[in-house]
Formats: sequence, structure tokens, C-alpha cells
Amino acid sequence: MPAVQETIEQVRSIDVDQYKYGFVTDVEMEKPAKGLTEDTVRYISAKKGEPEWMLEWRLDAYRRWLTMKEPDWARVSYDRVDYNDIYYYAAPKMNAAPKTLDEVDPEILRTYEKLGIPLREQEILAGVQTSRVAVDAVFDSVSVATTFKAELAKAGVIFMPISEALREHPELVRKYLGTVVPVTDNFFATLNSAVFSDGSFVYIPPGVRCPMELSTYFRINEKNTGQFERTLIIADKGSYVSYLEGCTAPQRDENQLHAAVVELVALDDAEIKYSTVQNWYPGDAEGRGGIYNFVTKRGDCRGRNSVITWTQVETGSAITWKYPSCILRGEGSRGEFYSIAISNGMQQVDSGTKMIHLGKNTTSRIISKGISAGRSQNTYRGLVSAHRKASGARNFTNCDSLLIGDRCGAHTVPYIESKNASAVFEHEATTSKISEDQLFYCQQRGLSAEEATALIVNGFVKDVLQKLPMEFAVEAQKLIAISLEGSVG
Amino acid sequence: MLQINNLVVQIEDKRILNGLNLTVNKGEVAAIMGPNGSGKSTLSYVIAGREDYEVLDGEILLDGQNLLEMEPDQRAAAGVFLAFQYPLEIPGVATMTFLKASLNAQRKARGEAELSTPDFIKRVNAAAAKLEIQKDMLKRALNVGFSGGEKKRMEILQMALLEPTFCILDETDSGLDIDALRIVSEGVNTLREAGRGFLVITHYQRLLNYIVPDTVHVMASGRIVKSGGKELALELEANGYADYRQSDAA
Amino acid sequence: MADIAMIKTAAETGLANLFAITKSLLPGDAAHREDAFRRFSERGLPHRRIEEWKYTDLRALLRDAAPFAGKPTEADIAAAEALDGPLTAIDSIEAVIVNGHLVRAPAALPPGVEIVPLREALGSGHPLLARMGAVGHAHDNAAYALNAAFMSDGAVIRIAAGTHVERPIHLRFLNTGATPFATATRVLVHVEVGASVTLLETHAGPGGVGYQPNGVVEMVVDDHAKVAHMRLNAEGSDALALSTLTARLGAKVAFDSFNLVAGTQVSRHQVYLAFAGEGSNAGIRGATMINGTQHADTTLVIDHAAPGCTSRELFKTVVDGQATGVFQGKIIVHSRAQKTDGRMMSAAVLLSEEGTMNNKPELEIFADDVQCAHGATCGQLDEDLLFYLRSRGLPLKEAEALLLESFLAEPIGEGIVHEDIAAALTGVIDGWLRARG
Repeated sequence: MPAVQETIEQVRSIDVDQYKYGFVTDVEMEKPAKGLTEDTVRYISAKKGEPEWMLEWRLDAYRRWLTMKEPDWARVSYDRVDYNDIYYYAAPKMNAAPKTLDEVDPEILRTYEKLGIPLREQEILAGVQTSRVAVDAVFDSVSVATTFKAELAKAGVIFMPISEALREHPELVRKYLGTVVPVTDNFFATLNSAVFSDGSFVYIPPGVRCPMELSTYFRINEKNTGQFERTLIIADKGSYVSYLEGCTAPQRDENQLHAAVVELVALDDAEIKYSTVQNWYPGDAEGRGGIYNFVTKRGDCRGRNSVITWTQVETGSAITWKYPSCILRGEGSRGEFYSIAISNGMQQVDSGTKMIHLGKNTTSRIISKGISAGRSQNTYRGLVSAHRKASGARNFTNCDSLLIGDRCGAHTVPYIESKNASAVFEHEATTSKISEDQLFYCQQRGLSAEEATALIVNGFVKDVLQKLPMEFAVEAQKLIAISLEGSVG
Repeated sequence: MLQINNLVVQIEDKRILNGLNLTVNKGEVAAIMGPNGSGKSTLSYVIAGREDYEVLDGEILLDGQNLLEMEPDQRAAAGVFLAFQYPLEIPGVATMTFLKASLNAQRKARGEAELSTPDFIKRVNAAAAKLEIQKDMLKRALNVGFSGGEKKRMEILQMALLEPTFCILDETDSGLDIDALRIVSEGVNTLREAGRGFLVITHYQRLLNYIVPDTVHVMASGRIVKSGGKELALELEANGYADYRQSDAA
Repeated sequence: MADIAMIKTAAETGLANLFAITKSLLPGDAAHREDAFRRFSERGLPHRRIEEWKYTDLRALLRDAAPFAGKPTEADIAAAEALDGPLTAIDSIEAVIVNGHLVRAPAALPPGVEIVPLREALGSGHPLLARMGAVGHAHDNAAYALNAAFMSDGAVIRIAAGTHVERPIHLRFLNTGATPFATATRVLVHVEVGASVTLLETHAGPGGVGYQPNGVVEMVVDDHAKVAHMRLNAEGSDALALSTLTARLGAKVAFDSFNLVAGTQVSRHQVYLAFAGEGSNAGIRGATMINGTQHADTTLVIDHAAPGCTSRELFKTVVDGQATGVFQGKIIVHSRAQKTDGRMMSAAVLLSEEGTMNNKPELEIFADDVQCAHGATCGQLDEDLLFYLRSRGLPLKEAEALLLESFLAEPIGEGIVHEDIAAALTGVIDGWLRARG
């Protein structure tokens, strides 16, 4: 069955409740008191058994955060978060860290089963999927399972929860943590630095091509809980890794905060592909509930000829504030950003990228596809800059927006700054709608209005979908159809 | 099979069809000719169910089913096919993908099993060969960058593949050179059969040399004003539409 | 975490003092001026953290507020009129404004054309003054508000319904003086139903003097009217020139505006265009040539508030030396403005290692049935083309000049139908390229 057909099936099979990941898992959790004080920071650090320097690092971030202001320049409006009314840490009660899956609460295992995330290696080996993916599963504030660790270790690849890495590889973490996104980078990143609880750590040694896709699956389950994960990926000289990130959360009437930080470091000739399918609960049709997704993602092409590619499919969250960026420091390095951002209902998206050309002959490419439906607002915001020394820098940017219906908005805000004569920047942006003629043409051939819309939208986003790993592309295509449910007719 | 009774249609308060009556029988090829602005294209769109047109009165029955109560895709599943005068371009959607999605949607609507991929490809290739459509065209995005002739051939390919019971050809000859006209017409002629009706809309008699009609209807000011055999087309070619314009003004 | 109130700069204090002294001497409604100055002083001089001024930090660029120039003497007028401009030779209906004061109104006006000095209009409460401020987006803009507080003279122009004004109306804004001074001029043009007019503006002044002109031209264009507007900024080498064009278009209007920046240390040209009626067409174009440490900013807000309108924006910038070019262009399409067709393009060539170009084209779209696009490019001259020309025998500089001229003249070719004016403006481009050597 071709993917398009499958998309259509998916649309058909969905009835009223379009967010199928909205269930709640019932497990006993342990949490500190609500609110954020130095004690909260100490509590989290102690829970993780962190070294002293890490606690100091967090406390320093916390103190700086107190002096900072929540940014208001993005084109989103929301009721400000009451930072003293949320839990900063929530973990399923366990006697000790689970050594094997058998020690993990079966309720949690069932959760991942329901979400379609394979945590049992033998099942994966049994050929359920065509290619293998190693998964780190993060449930609220802790990682509950990481698969294929042993096999990856054989190749020298370190893939583990960051809390574990802080204990087992403190020197590596310390060397790179906060070097791409500094502690004081922005309000949300600083908050994350103070209270981050878990996330993934990846290190690919020199010359190693990571033998499988790595993936982290984030699940917010607990009520009134913020999720603050931290991911750090280091690709040493000449290495390669492809990393996937997925996210879901239960359907709740309250808004929940997700403030993650992702740092990527690519050394000489290394390549990192980072793909995200973001499907946090978007809130209901009236705009009640949903995740506030305030995320700082940045990659540092530190080495010569290094490559970092961000690919994102954003369909969820009530508010998205997210700009995965590349610092093109190494001579000849390359940054790429491919994005599909779909907003429906009352969602608000302000997302884009920054390509900062510092080194000679650095290149970057931005392909952004925004689709607005319902009463949503969808903004692309991007920066491309060439500094004095970035001779021979090249950028090509293409931002297309598609509007479905006349109650939504699509906005494009690019900043293009060149301080180098030999830098060549090209930017183009268009806004259009699915024409009545195209819809009618498809309908005349027998497709329903909804099927026709899904088909045309999938054509619109094809350039970006092709950049995703296979399994994700199919998943993303289904998501697109689901997110557009109810946007036509 | 197709029966139109007293059809009255307007668009943005402008009356286009004024009590049109038309019957096309199974196996019949009916041609509609008429001056520009007589409502020919409107008629094709209204049969296929395009929005924007307000049907004030009348009915359109296909084998007794009232088409006016159906969505465009339901009409397609019921057997209506419209070959567009200006086929639409759909960027990013491969022609093959589009063809398969359409075919299976219709089969499903009719309660038929979906076609297996090898069967599907076999059918497409066979139809494409007849219409001299290159295989690489099928891989390209639908109609994007196709020449006028290529687009029209693609319309006929879809007609052959979807096997409709009632086909409307809206000015299919416009923009075609003589070779393309021959290929397209042959494509249509091979589809002529006892169970299938055709409505061929054209301004010129030229197309009717290739697709020879059983009946010819003259349309003016939103009505059929004269009907006859294929010789009527030749008469129009000789005398033009002037008579009909005048008779209407009177 | 409260915002720390910014300390007033010397220029802000200076402006407040100037306003206190001059407000009672200026003609017209004092309350309006008070209100305008309040709008300005609430936020003060804009700086780079104010989004619309991100690339032009007026707070840093305007160090001192110069005193407003007094009425020019006969000698001043003679000195100013000696400033010959390329558009002077065009046969036109000419008005001369020296140091912000209208000193010479046209001798005779064709029927259907009314030109009243602004000072007089303000004094007598001319009925057309009610049409000022027709484009809301400009209202709180610092340059516009300062002009509204300080405007001393200029003109109110009315083109009566159906009048086709044969000769262009040429407004020559000339400046003279040996020490820094400021001017605030305002021109209000009402083009009535079905009328058509060509409006020229020339801005020139002395080199080496840090004078500060701040001019506003407001146009109210009624249904079926036609306006062609050409503006030449040839201000002196040390001037800091702020200019604002606002235009409110009725239905089925044809509106074209072109701005050529060929002078000025610091310039900022703002265009606020509002489509208020259906089916209008507007072309907003410009070319900028900067060198040394010049800074030139073009900022557009194109507001599609009515359905079925078309706008085309094309801006070319050539940056040499350590100069900085800025282009900010925003197309807004309201939900009722269906069938809008808006296309914006900004292209820049950097000729030197130390030049800077900042582009910020924006789309803000609330209607679904629209076609909108923008593009921005920045780079060097095409090396293949340069090589081709050189292989045909052209020296590098000439080859560059040839390519640059065609690059810069494209907006002229696209928008200006008046051949003499187009030739005169192309001549300014040639002159700049020749001077580059």
C-alpha cells in the first residue's frame, strides 16, 4: 500500500478523538513539592546522584534564571506559566534503577506498547521492523529503558540516559555540556539547565558509523509537571549518527510546560542527522490544554567539513517556540534545516532556524513548509547571517506556507544579514492555498475532500518528508493527515 | 442513461443555463456545440458537481440516480468522468500515486477490492502505451511541466483507467496539434462501447471528424436550441453560429 | 524583573527642550503637536531592540538634536537654488522649499490643481488637513511622530476629480547652511476620483554639514486615480535624513513610487501603503547606492486591507566600502483581502569586503485565497557574466559598471513611464558608478 493510501486509511479510521496518544498511565509517582527553589534543584541533583560540580552548575543556572525575563518577541500569546505551580520532577516509584525490562513497572511498558515504541530487543530482532532502532524511553523525568546498549557499546558508541552518563562518563559530559547552548542563553534554556532531569547522551567515537538509528521517546504523563529534558550528542572526528526524537502526552485541560535543550557537537568530518516528530498534545478545538513547547536546539559544526541536519515534523503542542540552529564554525561545514510545521485548531507555532556562518566556505540550506488550518497561527522565523570571515558562505532558503480556510494566519519573518561580499544568500518565500480547482479535480477523480487535501498537502511537504528516515516518514505522513482532520468541508 | 430536465443554473447572480433539457443514451456519443459563452463548460462542471454554481431548478439523472444530491467524488464513483479543458497541476504528487489513489478510492466506493500493485502497473502501462505517454511522465508530478498535448493525453489515460460509464470531454481539442488530436481521439474511440455514454463539448467541428458523434446538439444562451445527426455539425461549420445568436436575441 | 527605564540621551533631552521652546511658535493646532510629541517621547528614540528599527539604531545614530532652521534669507535661497539637480531640467510645476520653508510656490497652476503652503493651511485650518494620518501604521512611528510635532511648512496639494495634470509637479527640498540644523516638512496630496498626477521630489543640501531633514509626504488617492511618484535623495554627505511616504489608495487606483538614494550619511525611507479599496495596483520600487560608512535603510509596510489588489515591490542595493544597507519589507494581508497578489523582492550586491546588507522581508497573512511571495538575495556580481564581458575586451571596472547599471536600473525600467525622468535618474546611477572609478 503506498504511503498516501495509508494516510487516507488513517484519516478514515479516526473518528472523533483525533489525538490517539491522549491516554493516561496509572502508576505511582514520586515528586518533590510544587514550585522552584534552590531546594528543588538540590533535590533533583541528589536524586540523580550527581557530582558536586554538576550541582554547582545547576545552582548557578538557577540564580541567573531568577534575574531573567520570559521572552515575548515571538508571535504567540498565552497565559504566562506560573513557575511555582508546577512540579519540576516526577518519576515512577522504583526501588532502584531498573537493570532489565522485567524490573520496569508493567504499566509503563504497556504505555510504550500502546504508543508503538519497541522496548524489547528480541521483538525487534524477530523482524517486526525492517531496520533496527535503539530506543531511550523517557517517562516524565526519568529514562525507564534504553535498548541495544550492549551492542552499541561494542562499536564504542555511548548511548545512555544523561543522568547515567553524568555518573559513568563525567569527563565527557563536563567537556561538552553547555558549550553549544550556554547556561544563560535564554530564559527557557537557563531554566532547563537548573532543573533538567533526564534525556539522552550520545557519543560516537572517531571514525565510527553508528550501526543503527538512535532514538529517544519522550512521554509526559504526570499532571502539572514540567518536562525538562536535556540531550547532548557528540560526533567525534569522521563519525556519523542518525538520531530520532518522538514525543507525546496525555490529553489534559491544563497546559503543561516542556522546556528542553538539545546540544549537538560535530567535530571534523563528522555528520549528525537529528530528526524530530513532535506530537505533543495540542489542546482541544477550543484551545484548552496542550503543551507549551519551548525548546532550544542548537548544533555546533565545530570541525572542518562537519554536517548537521535538522529535520522536524511539528504537528503537536498548543504553543511551539523552537528554532533548531547551526553554528557553522568549521571551515567547509554544512547546516541543513528541513521543517514541516502544521497547525490546526487554536495552535500557535513560531518556529524556524538560525544558520550562523562563521567559517570559510560554509553552506546552509533551509526548506520550511508551514501549513495553517482552523484558527491557528503559524510563523516561520529564521536568521541567516554571514560574519566577516565567512568568505564563500552560501545559503539557500525556501519557505512556503499553505493556508487551509480563512480563519488562520501564516507569517514569514526571515532575517538575512551579510557582512561578507563573497557570501551568497538566496531566500524565497511563497504563500498560497489549496486551490478549489485542485480539490475539485481530485474529487472529480473520486477522492473525498479530506483525502484530496491530505494528498495535496503531502505533495506540498514532499521535499521535507524525503529527508526523514523511512520509518519516520511513514509515521509523519500519517500524522499530517491526522492533524488536518476537520480542516476541510 | 444521462437525463437532464429543465436545468437552471446561475453563478454570482448571472443566469448561465436556462431550462436545459438533454438526454444521452447508453452507447451514444452526443456532441454539444455552441458559441463562446453559451454555457457549454458550465454544463460540464455542473454535471461533475463543481461548487460555485447554483442550481435553481431541474435535475440531472444518471441511470436514474440524482447526481445533484451527490458530492463530486460520489459522482465519480457513480461513473461520471470529466476530461478538463484545463487540467490542473499538482506539485509534488507523482502521477502514478495520483492514479492509484483515484482508482482505489472509486473501487472502494463501489465495494470492489483494491487493485494489487502489479495489476495496477500493468493497466497503466498498457493505457499509456496506447496514448504514446512515456513512462517517465508517469513518475513526474501530475501535469507539472507537461505540455498542453501531454496534459490532454493524461486526461484520456485517466479516463481509460477509471473506466467511467459517462464521459464528458470539455473542449478536449483546444490547444492540440493535429498529431495530438489524432492520438487523443483514437484513445477516446477505443473506449466507445455499448454501455458507455459520451458528451463531447466543442466549439469547432474539427474534433468531430475524429470522434464521430451519433447526435449533435446546438447550445445557445443556456439551452439546447437544435438537435440533429452528425450532419448538423457540418451545417454549423458552413454557416457559423450567427443564426442561433439572432434567434436568441429575438 | 521590572524594565529599567532608559536614561534619556542628549538628543532626546535636546528634542524635548526644542519642543518646549518652539511649540507655541508653530502654526496650527497645538494639541495635535503635543499629542504627537507625547507619542514620540513615551518610547524615545528607537534603538535596535525595537523590532522596526533593529538595523537602524536611531538612538545611537542621532547623537545631538540640531536646532530647527529659521526662515531662509534671500542669500540662503539663492545659495540653495544654485544646487542643480538632474530633475531640474524637467519641464514641471515647481515649488521650492528651502530649509523646511516653502519659499517659492508655482507661479501659475493649471485648472484643477490647488497648492497651498502648509504653514498657511495649518494657520487657516484648511479642510484637507483632516485627511492627514490616513495610514494608521505610521501613527506611532518615531520619525512620523517627530515630524507631526515639529512640521513647520510644506504644501497641501489637491488634484480635483478627473483632472489630468500634464506636467509633473516637482517639489524641490533644498538645504543650505554651514552648521547643523533640522527641518520638518510635510506634504499632503489629495488626488480625487479619476485624477492623475506625476509628483517629483528632489532632496539636496550641503556636504560636510550634519543637518537633519525629516520629511513626510502623505497621499490620499481616491478611486480610479493614477499617481506616479519619483523621489531623489541627493542630500549632503553628512546629513541624517528621515523620510516617510504614506499612501491610502481607494479602489481601482494605479500607484507607483520610486526612490533613489544617491546621497546622505544616514538615510531611512519608510513607505506605509494601505489598500483601502478593491482592485488597485501599486508598484513600490527603489535603488540605493552607498559607499564609505553610509547607512541606508528602506522600510516598507504594505497593508492589503481590501480584496483583489496587486502590489509589486522591487528594491536594489549596491554596497561599497564599509557601508550598510537595510531592507525591511512587510506585506500584511487581512482576512477580508482575498485575491491579493503581493510580490516583494530585495536584491543586493556587496562590492567590498567590509560592506553589510541586512534583509528582512516579511509576510503576515490572514486570508487563504492569496498569492504572496517574497525573495531576497545578497551576493557579488555574477562571475561568469563578468568573465564573459571581460573576454569581449571590457576592463574589470567597466564590466562591473555595466552589470551594476543594469542591476540598479531595473526598478526604473519597470516602474517609470516618463522617459525624461527615467533618463535623468539613470544618469544619477551612472554618475555614482563613474565616481566609484
